[in-house]
Amino acid sequence: MTVQISDTARPAAAGTSSGRSLRNLTYRPEAGALIGTLGVFVFFAIFGGTHFLASAGTAAWLNVAAELGIIALPVGLLMIAGELDLSVGSVLAASSMTMAIVSGYWGAPMILGIVLALGVGVTAGALNGLIVTRTNVPSFVVTLATLFGMAGLTLGLSRVITGTTSVALNPDPGSKAVFGTLIAGQFEVAILWWIVVALGVGWMLQMTKYGNWILAVGGDKESARAAGIPTNRLKIALYTGSGFGAALVGVIQTILYNGAQVANGQSFVFNSIIAVVVGGVLLTGGYGSVVGIVFGTLTFAIVNQGIYYTGWNSDWASFILGVLILAAVLMNNTFRRLALSHAPRSGKKA
Amino acid sequence: MTQPLLRLTDVGKSFVGTNALEDISLEVHAGQVLCLLGDNGAGKSTLIKILSGFHAPTSGTIEVDGQPVVFKSPRDVSAYGIATVHQFGGTFQLMSVGRSFFVGVEPTKGWGPFKRFDKGLAGEIAVREMQSLGITRVTDGKRLVGSLSGGERQALAIARAVYFGANILILDEPTAALGVKEATHVLRIIMQARAKGVAVIFVTHNVLHAMMVGDHFAVLIHGRKADDFHKGERTREQITDLMAGGEAMADLEAELAALEASAGSTGRS
Repeated sequence: MTVQISDTARPAAAGTSSGRSLRNLTYRPEAGALIGTLGVFVFFAIFGGTHFLASAGTAAWLNVAAELGIIALPVGLLMIAGELDLSVGSVLAASSMTMAIVSGYWGAPMILGIVLALGVGVTAGALNGLIVTRTNVPSFVVTLATLFGMAGLTLGLSRVITGTTSVALNPDPGSKAVFGTLIAGQFEVAILWWIVVALGVGWMLQMTKYGNWILAVGGDKESARAAGIPTNRLKIALYTGSGFGAALVGVIQTILYNGAQVANGQSFVFNSIIAVVVGGVLLTGGYGSVVGIVFGTLTFAIVNQGIYYTGWNSDWASFILGVLILAAVLMNNTFRRLALSHAPRSGKKA
Repeated sequence: MTQPLLRLTDVGKSFVGTNALEDISLEVHAGQVLCLLGDNGAGKSTLIKILSGFHAPTSGTIEVDGQPVVFKSPRDVSAYGIATVHQFGGTFQLMSVGRSFFVGVEPTKGWGPFKRFDKGLAGEIAVREMQSLGITRVTDGKRLVGSLSGGERQALAIARAVYFGANILILDEPTAALGVKEATHVLRIIMQARAKGVAVIFVTHNVLHAMMVGDHFAVLIHGRKADDFHKGERTREQITDLMAGGEAMADLEAELAALEASAGSTGRS
């Protein structure tokens, strides 16, 4: 079983450069998130017992983490850049309904439904970005508006076109294998997608100049613009990314569950923000890491699913999450303060 | 007389209804420090905004190296070799020294999809450039900017400006938020930049700091240039009086003396 656990922890480790000393780790944004993940894992390993540690238990939280993670990563990038995206819930619903209607209700080829669904996500994201950058209205308000607007649009159009709010789809084996299969009968293929997204986003944030731009825009928008960073284009691109992430999960869910409902996805709105904040990203922007977001996502998923293995009333899950969020943010603040008081490593004070 | 690097002739700026600046003429030479003195609201900020491309002047001309120029944007200004460093360094608190030094101009290595930001090089250069300005305590390019002292942050911003080719450096109240020791650090850095042949415009309301490093001084009052003189031509008292608006000061002194006289009877000294 231990092999299983270390195996499943691999996506979390993606992107860390190995060989950092423990002391240095505490100066990184993900330090608190790592402790949080380990903490809740040990907690539920003790109180959840063998069922939690068995592969079915592992799959339960890993599946939740994977779907949430694919959305939380691009949402996290946006938050590092100082913007919020609340619209992901409705983008997910709109894209999964698009796919179910096109490929299920109308019977068009599966690939067309997938492309159109992703197109809906990308378009919605770009629209969010355009409105935020053109109007200077806070992104909280803009994406709150698109969250509601798109939910209504999805419901209305679905009812007009199909007369119902839930549409079935019969995916072909090919798309089932790529998006909606269960590996070993338990693990969603979405886990692999999550790893791919985490590696891609991690590479971009940590290793490329665009990552530097994202940190700079979130840190001080005016200075970033003065330094020649195309802040508006960058933000539009990031919104497009979160739209794409939400649509990808929409496609995955539609194929996995053989259909879509207009109410799908709304839980992702706050869960993605929780995962990102628990992952050490500063809500006001300018600080955060992909490794942290991955740990934050894992922490959320473990608490979300672990409660069912304790034998306690699951009514308490939200309470635990609430306490956890507060604790995580306080811990992250402490680590951030530590990082800011980080004296020269060589230790020689002149 | 050599050509000034930057020359303003009769520059004015009016916002709806009010003249923020009128007929400002200034010259800044390479390797010299021009101190722009003035009280709050004297028009220093407006002048800085014109020189950093955020405002267009409503009248007058600006020449860089003898060529008349019109600044269209902050980016445009940096193309002319002019850089402005703001009070808190305008830097990114939660980014590393190396990362923030190269924001917008990141050095890369590798090719194609593997092209990546060379953070090692960025950190090295940032540390080296800060050390060339006499900041020896910063040795790790991975340190967060927020962990630097106020003076070190100024040094980082100045080093960045000079490294990227600024030969006209506008420092907006760089010592205002600093303690005595940190402020002397910044003054030393100004002298270092001057020695490198940079033309420095040092904006301040601290006469003492200005007199320590300035070659040339201009005093702004209510959007006009009230005085313009070289090092050694005025005493500190004269400048202070002028800045505070001599008469107003004399009035205040009389008023305070009267207050003191009446306060003496209440027992509060």
